[in-house]
Amino acid sequence: MTTTPAPATAPAPTAPEPRAAAPRRRFPRPGRILMTAVLAIAAGYFLLPVYWLAVASTKSTDGLFGSFGLWFSHPQWLHNLAQVFSYDDHIYLHWTLNSLLYAGVGAVGATLLAGAAGFALAKYRFRGREAVFKGVLAGVLLPSTALALPLYLLFGQLGLTNTYWSVLLPSLVSPFGVYLCRIYAESAVPDTLLEAARVDGAGEGRIFFTVALRIMTPALVTVLLFQFVYIWNNYLLPLVMLADDHKYPITLGLATWRTAADRHPELYQLTVGGAFVSVVPLAVAMLVLQRHWRTGLTEGSVKQ
Amino acid sequence: MSHDDLPAPAGTDEAPPGGPNRQARRPRSGPHRAAWWFLGPFAALFLLTFAAPICYALYESLLTTVRHGPLGLGRAEVGFAGLENYRLALGQADFLEGFGRVLLFGAVQVPLMLLLATVLALLLEHVPPRWAGLLRASYFLPYGVPGVIAAILWGFLYVPGVSPITDLLGRIGAAPDFLSYNSVLWSIANVVIWEFAGYNMLVIVAQLKSIPQELYEAARIDGAGPWQTALRIKLPLVRPALVLTAVFSIIGTLQLFSEPLLLKPLTSNINNDFTPNLSAYNDAFANNNVYLAAAKSVILAVVACVLSFGFLSLVNRGDRGGADGAKREKSPR
Repeated sequence: MTTTPAPATAPAPTAPEPRAAAPRRRFPRPGRILMTAVLAIAAGYFLLPVYWLAVASTKSTDGLFGSFGLWFSHPQWLHNLAQVFSYDDHIYLHWTLNSLLYAGVGAVGATLLAGAAGFALAKYRFRGREAVFKGVLAGVLLPSTALALPLYLLFGQLGLTNTYWSVLLPSLVSPFGVYLCRIYAESAVPDTLLEAARVDGAGEGRIFFTVALRIMTPALVTVLLFQFVYIWNNYLLPLVMLADDHKYPITLGLATWRTAADRHPELYQLTVGGAFVSVVPLAVAMLVLQRHWRTGLTEGSVKQ
Repeated sequence: MSHDDLPAPAGTDEAPPGGPNRQARRPRSGPHRAAWWFLGPFAALFLLTFAAPICYALYESLLTTVRHGPLGLGRAEVGFAGLENYRLALGQADFLEGFGRVLLFGAVQVPLMLLLATVLALLLEHVPPRWAGLLRASYFLPYGVPGVIAAILWGFLYVPGVSPITDLLGRIGAAPDFLSYNSVLWSIANVVIWEFAGYNMLVIVAQLKSIPQELYEAARIDGAGPWQTALRIKLPLVRPALVLTAVFSIIGTLQLFSEPLLLKPLTSNINNDFTPNLSAYNDAFANNNVYLAAAKSVILAVVACVLSFGFLSLVNRGDRGGADGAKREKSPR
C-alpha cells in the first residue's frame, strides 16, 4: 500500500521571497526557526542514546568508564563483537536464536489465528458472537504483565514452566490482532464475493485461505509486525517462566548480564556490545517497514 | 477510509487450498457453522492464556499457607483464607504507595508524551517530504529498542562516571542526580517517553494523513493561518488517535515493571514495592507468597480495566455532549 507523500509543503527555503508569492501554510520566519529548532532537538534526544551505544560498543571496559562517552577511544569493535558471541560458550548466540524462535513462530502463528478469528467474527452470524468479541476487547484492555504472574501460577500446575511452550503459547494470542482483523475484514471483504465463491462450490476453509487472507493482507502485516516487536521486547513473561538460561531470549539474557556485571566487571562491556548487536537488526527493520506501520495503525481508531 | 487500493478479488483463483478440506460438512448445515472452525484455535488459546490464568489467580488469591506446630515451624498446609490476602495487600502502605506512584507517574508522563508526539506530528507536516521521512524515522527508532535494553541504556546515561551527560554538565558545575529520591521516578518517565513518543507520533501522523485535503483548502480560503489550521482543524480530527494512544499508555504505565527493576541496582531509592507489578513479583519470587502475589495481580488487573474503561466512557460521554458537533461531521468515517 503506498501512502501519499506528506501533504504539499513549502518549497525548499531559498532566497527571501516576496510575501505575495508566499506558498500556502507556511510559518512566518520566527516560527520557522523555532520549528526547525524543536525538530532538531527532538532528533538529538531520540538518537543520542543510540549514538552513545554505538560509540560505547567499540570501547574496552576501561575506555567505557575512563573516556568521554560521546567520542571514540581506541575502537576495538571486532574484538568486542567476538567477545559478545563467544562468551560463556556462545550463550549470546543461543539467546538470539531463541528470540528469533519466540518472536518468529509466535508472530506468524498469532497473525494466522487472529486473521481466522477476526474473519469469523466479521463475516459469520452465529450464537455467542458478541460475547466472544466482548471477551476479546477485555483482553485488549487487560495489562499483559498483570497476566504474567497468573500465567506462571497456572503453567506451574500444568508442569509447563521452564519450557519453550511456556513463552510460545501466550505469544500466540493477540486480542488486539483479532480486533484489528475483525474491523478490517468487516469493511474490506465483500459479502457478495463470499457468496459467489460458495455458489462456485468452494468450501469455507478454501474461501478463507484463498480469498479472505489475500484481501486482509494489509491488516495481517500490521498484526505481524506488532506481535513480532511485542514478543521480541517482552521481558516479564520469560523472566517468570524460564529458569534455564539456554532458553532465554536476548532481553532476559542481557538483563542477567547487566545484573551480574557488578560482580564481573567484564560483563559491562558485553552488555553494551550485546545491546548494540540486538538493537541494530530491529532498528533497520523498523525503518524499512515504517510505511507498513502507518497503514492500518489507525484502522481501529478511525472506525471506533 | 482508503481500501481503494486493495488487490482485486481473487475468488476465481485455482490456487490449491491451504487448509483442510471441509467439503464433507458443507451441505445444509449452513456456512455459519464454519465460524467455530476459524474461531476455535484462537478461542482455545485465549481461554488457556487469558481466561484460565485469571480464574486461577482469583482462586489462589483466596488461599493461604497455614503453618502448624510451635512458632509456625511445623508442617505447612494450604487453607482457605477468604479475602484475607486482599486485606493484607490493601493494608500494606508500601503497596498502596506504589499504586499512588504509578498513578502520579501516568498523570504526568502520558500527557507529556502525547503532547510531544502531537507537536512533532503537526510540525512534520510543514517539513519537505525528504526531511520529514528522515526525522520521522529517527523519532520512531527507539520503539524498536526493547524496554529492558532502553532501561539498561539510560541506566548507563544516568550513572555518574559513565554518563556523558553528567560528565558534560558536571564541567559547568551543574551535574544533575538522575537517581535521587525525588528524581528517579521522572528519570524512569524519561525512559518511557523516549521509547514510545515516536510510536504515538506515528499513530497521529497516520490519522493526519487521512484528513481530506479539501478541508485544508477550505480553511485556507477562509483565511486560516497555520496555527489556526493546526488548532482548529487538525487537532480535533486527530482526537480518535489521541484517545487510542491515551488508553494504551494508561494501561502501559500501570504495568511499569522492567524499567524500575533494571534501574534498581543503581540506586537505593527504588524499593521492592516501587510499582504494584514489582511488588507482586517480589511477593511471588522473593517472599514465596504466591497467594498474596495473586491477590495483588488481581487488584492490578481490576484497576487497569476500570481506569481504561472509565477513560473511554468519559471520552465517549464528552463526544455525545456535542459541544463541538462540527468535528463529527467532518471526521472521516
